[in-house]
Amino acid sequence: MSDTRVDPAGGFSVESLKANPRQARKERLIRDSLGATALVSVLISGLIIWSLFSEAYTFIVEVDWGSVWDIGWFPRRGIYDVKTLIVASLIITGIAMIVAGPLGLGAAIYLSEYARPGIRRTLKPILEILAGIPSVVLGFFALKWIAPNLVESIFGGPAAGSLLAAGIGVGVLVIPLVASISEDAMKAVPMALREASSGLGARKITTTVRVVLPAAVSGLMAAFIVAISRALGETMIVFMAGGAAQTAVYTHHPLDGSLTMTAGMTSLARGTDNVVGEGLTFQSLFFVGLVLFVLTFALNLFSDRFVHKVREQY
Amino acid sequence: MEQAEPEASPRLGLDLDRTVQAAAPDAVADAVFEVEDLSVYYGDFRAVQDASFTVYKHEITAMIGPSGCGKTTVLRCFNRMNDLIPTARVEGRLDFQSVPIYDSRVDPVEVRRRIGMVFQKPNPFPKSIYDNIAFGPRVTGMAKKKSELDDIVERSLGRSALWDEVKDRMKDSALGLSGGQQQRLCIARAIAVDPDVLLMDEPCSALDPIATARIEDLMQEIKDDYTIVIVTHNMQQAARISNRTAFFTAQLDSTTDQRCGLLVEYDRTETIFSNPSDERTENYVTGRFG
Repeated sequence: MSDTRVDPAGGFSVESLKANPRQARKERLIRDSLGATALVSVLISGLIIWSLFSEAYTFIVEVDWGSVWDIGWFPRRGIYDVKTLIVASLIITGIAMIVAGPLGLGAAIYLSEYARPGIRRTLKPILEILAGIPSVVLGFFALKWIAPNLVESIFGGPAAGSLLAAGIGVGVLVIPLVASISEDAMKAVPMALREASSGLGARKITTTVRVVLPAAVSGLMAAFIVAISRALGETMIVFMAGGAAQTAVYTHHPLDGSLTMTAGMTSLARGTDNVVGEGLTFQSLFFVGLVLFVLTFALNLFSDRFVHKVREQY
Repeated sequence: MEQAEPEASPRLGLDLDRTVQAAAPDAVADAVFEVEDLSVYYGDFRAVQDASFTVYKHEITAMIGPSGCGKTTVLRCFNRMNDLIPTARVEGRLDFQSVPIYDSRVDPVEVRRRIGMVFQKPNPFPKSIYDNIAFGPRVTGMAKKKSELDDIVERSLGRSALWDEVKDRMKDSALGLSGGQQQRLCIARAIAVDPDVLLMDEPCSALDPIATARIEDLMQEIKDDYTIVIVTHNMQQAARISNRTAFFTAQLDSTTDQRCGLLVEYDRTETIFSNPSDERTENYVTGRFG
């Protein structure tokens, strides 16, 4: 085979269409380095799961399981009642979604279906600014404003923080998330479907409820799942306004103070020096982390299945 | 809606004035839409200027013309569909069965319940075939009982010649139908609410010739019950199916340097295609322009 790219006879052959070997090498290099960057994030995820699992495994093997179903979360005394943390997390997430679901969805419907373009252009960025507020700021807001002004004066709860105060705070945090993703999902529904509906004499609210929302349901589900995951994983607000610092007695009353999974982990992990006491305290932190991970993962799996089932494809 | 009872063949022997504003006085009872000096604006842009014509009952009225001539805009005025566009504004008179539908007291939703629309691209809802047809009757509260609704669905699909093809798959998604079937489904969906008028915005432009022929046959079959206004790019189609044709063109406004839709000529279809009075119409229908 000759190496010249032009046929010696001056004719046109496979040789003249052959790739430049340098170009081909460069192309391979680009592909491989991009692949490597993608691999890094996979590796990091694997590493996180591995570190979580290995420490959690120690806990699972060595812990006295009686102490995992007990009166409350007192890790330094060897009482690791995980249900206290799980229940607190679920209550806060529930309250957050009761707050953020209607408000976020309502805002999304307004922005997508009702607002004139000018209003939409003003309101949406404001909503997105709300999404950028650091959660520690919202934590203060929950502790210093929501707890005394809403929880104490309306519900008669403690002014110093409670599951309800933290839940409302987390709700405020995820409103923009729900609104923004929902609005995108609704905007993506083709105008032709709205026109078809209006053309049949449907009012705007009918079109919204019976055409736009069903068509956008996969996006709406995504919005809610992301919001629930965010609420479950939220740490600062629940730690500051949850009404408990280091330990918590089991409660399922929203006006009590308690620790969520994240808050429980935070209170333990403020520097390894603090994590002393009974032998498995440090490992319990990873166990709780694992439970949180499994919960969030299951949530995503479930929502995936659900969306496949109810989706109206357009 | 009060309206004079139509006689058996009230228009026969009526020589309509050749000019655009034509509407002989005794034909008024038969007028479905009376359009006078209709102008439509999108923001500052004038899309249509001073169109005047009359659409008659149980006829197929075609609107033809090059792109950007405002024919779709005019069509969307007939059921106030332009209201969905925030910047759209309509001036002039547009009466539907002698009622000015742009009167501030008129609810566009009520107008649309009487004037159905079929769109350029088939737009079935991502729901079952049954739910597509049942949508209108449900939202307008036409059918109280399930059996009534079933009747309406079957009748509408029958009228649009789709029943035999879909009767065993009513629960299947409408999106599984072919393009032509989807468009007939959309026609069935529109007539399920029993409108007086069907507006069709290039209903065949996304379909192949066979599907197009079926839709055209369908239009001929249902025009005894409905008044049809159709926008089409296809001059042969207008010539084949319509009783009257409105020819629009886009005219350059020298002061604003914008193109604006203009109704050039409106007459019986055979006149428009064989003996138009305006040179621009003749150039267009003979294919010399547009």
